[in-house]
Amino acid sequence: MLVHSRKGKWATWAVFFVLFLPLFALPLLVVLAASFATNWSSAFPSGFTTGHYTAATRGESLQALTTSLVTAVTASLLALLVGTWAALAAHALGKRGRRVLDALFMLPVAVPSVVVGLAVLVAFSKPPMLLNGTRWIVILAHTVLVTAFAHQSVSAAIVRLDPAYAQAAASLGARPSYVLWRVRLPLLLPSLTAAAGLCFALSMGELSATMMLYPPDWTPLPVQIYAATDRGALFTGSALAVVLMTATVVVLFVVSRIRTKATYR
Amino acid sequence: MSSGIRFDRVSVAYGGNTVLDSLDLTVEPGEVMALLGPSGSGKTTALRAVAGFVRPASGRVLIGDRDVTDLPPYRRGIGMVVQQYALFPHMRVEDNVAFGLKAQKVAKGEIRGRVAEALEMTGMAAYARRYPRELSGGQQQRVAIARALAIRPGVLLLDEPLSALDAQLRSGMLAELARLHRELPEVSILYVTHDQVEALTLADRIAVMDKARLQDVGTPQELYRAPRTEFTASFVGNANLLPVTVAADGVSFGGVELKVDTGGATRGASATLCVRPHLVGLGAGPNQVVGTVSEIQWRGATHRLYIDVDGHRVMADVRELREPPGHGESVTVYFAPEDAVLLAAGVTDG
Repeated sequence: MLVHSRKGKWATWAVFFVLFLPLFALPLLVVLAASFATNWSSAFPSGFTTGHYTAATRGESLQALTTSLVTAVTASLLALLVGTWAALAAHALGKRGRRVLDALFMLPVAVPSVVVGLAVLVAFSKPPMLLNGTRWIVILAHTVLVTAFAHQSVSAAIVRLDPAYAQAAASLGARPSYVLWRVRLPLLLPSLTAAAGLCFALSMGELSATMMLYPPDWTPLPVQIYAATDRGALFTGSALAVVLMTATVVVLFVVSRIRTKATYR
Repeated sequence: MSSGIRFDRVSVAYGGNTVLDSLDLTVEPGEVMALLGPSGSGKTTALRAVAGFVRPASGRVLIGDRDVTDLPPYRRGIGMVVQQYALFPHMRVEDNVAFGLKAQKVAKGEIRGRVAEALEMTGMAAYARRYPRELSGGQQQRVAIARALAIRPGVLLLDEPLSALDAQLRSGMLAELARLHRELPEVSILYVTHDQVEALTLADRIAVMDKARLQDVGTPQELYRAPRTEFTASFVGNANLLPVTVAADGVSFGGVELKVDTGGATRGASATLCVRPHLVGLGAGPNQVVGTVSEIQWRGATHRLYIDVDGHRVMADVRELREPPGHGESVTVYFAPEDAVLLAAGVTDG
């Protein structure tokens, strides 16, 4: 720690809690409390019930959860594949090419996601590339939005990777493809899983682009939450939000376990 | 497979900056050649040109009779060990050693035997199931050598292989490398180092490099006893380098005539006289000069005297003295005529 005196430490902790609790923790706790309530007119919610959860884990809501999970998993795997591929290619290109590719992949982050959603909608609404009305337009938009993050974290890891490993492998007679599969990708695995986790979390929470694109039979959970709160069903919405949060955290936890196992030295 | 290495006027440049300037050098089959030089001398670049990790701007690199200049590294059939070992951290020792064999699609039944053989040779058989992170630096170095030897290369490239080890381990590994080479006499070894002790101990011949150029090649004895340049003289062992003028039957140094073999140098020309400090004796003798002691260091078995002779510093390593001279005391030192080497001035670029 940078602060050494006892008083200084207490002060830092105090500032931390004053800032952290109201900004980050309390709103989440409020959602959690609301998800168990039927009425919230005074300072605290009242009318404890688990009914919202019963509703949130069946029928349409359960459908929305699986939709979100399938979308996020597919989008993050696609993003990981495309981002890693691009990062590897950019690394081989040299400085100028790398800069151009980096800039291109950063575009979807720089552009507001509503704009990305609109762009995808306009681009894929006419034959021969007619994806509008199918689940694929949602998955595609999510992939476009999260690939930037996959590309960025993987290319940072590639730069950090000591070229001596690949060179040692090449000197032992391994072709570039063999080196890629047996040496470079295994050594990048921790970063790849981290990137996958990040993409998954971002995709699970995506709303603004999804709103413009989702077909009736492919409603992700955030859309469901928005619809519930929009019609005034705050407590139902809260339960759905807690379900979304839990599902995301559980998947991230599993991914981080894989990552720990894949970290060497 | 026995094959040497030949550099045929190999130049390497990084963006207009020449890091290796038309190197001509032949490593005979089965020979240990040390590339010795300070950092930035181009020695590592030369090794990487053989491995295929840098592309020469001009010139050819040959391994055996094969021109490998345009071949990718994986087609060159070399074994390489680098300073930081570069063992694959996600593989056990045995898988590290088997890597090259698997990559080259050696028959499965054969791999096991060759991995065991390579580990046996480096004394690492007991560690086959360990991961690299569970090994000490010296053990990792042995595994790296085993991994390079498992593919039975004709040429072994060693890039400062001992510089990450501490002094004690280093001398042990030096003996180990010498033993390995006796067991594999057909393997040519190119050994890059900045450590003259490693080069003198291990190499059949030493190529001295400085400023992207080859300065001198020869056996360790030749380079030590009869260096051709001031750089070689000072980099391979210690040396007194004294500015002298060639005289009728020797040289003149600070007004004193010294008898040395001038090798037909022009009379009156300026030159550099090289004398090893341990060949300088205290007392009167054939070639004697008088000076004052400016510094004296006790080094256990020897005393190192720094003597100021006519404004030039002369170093003398003499057996430990019972009564060493004090600072500023006047002493007479000498050396045998056959122990001095005359270097023509202008050979050097120091």
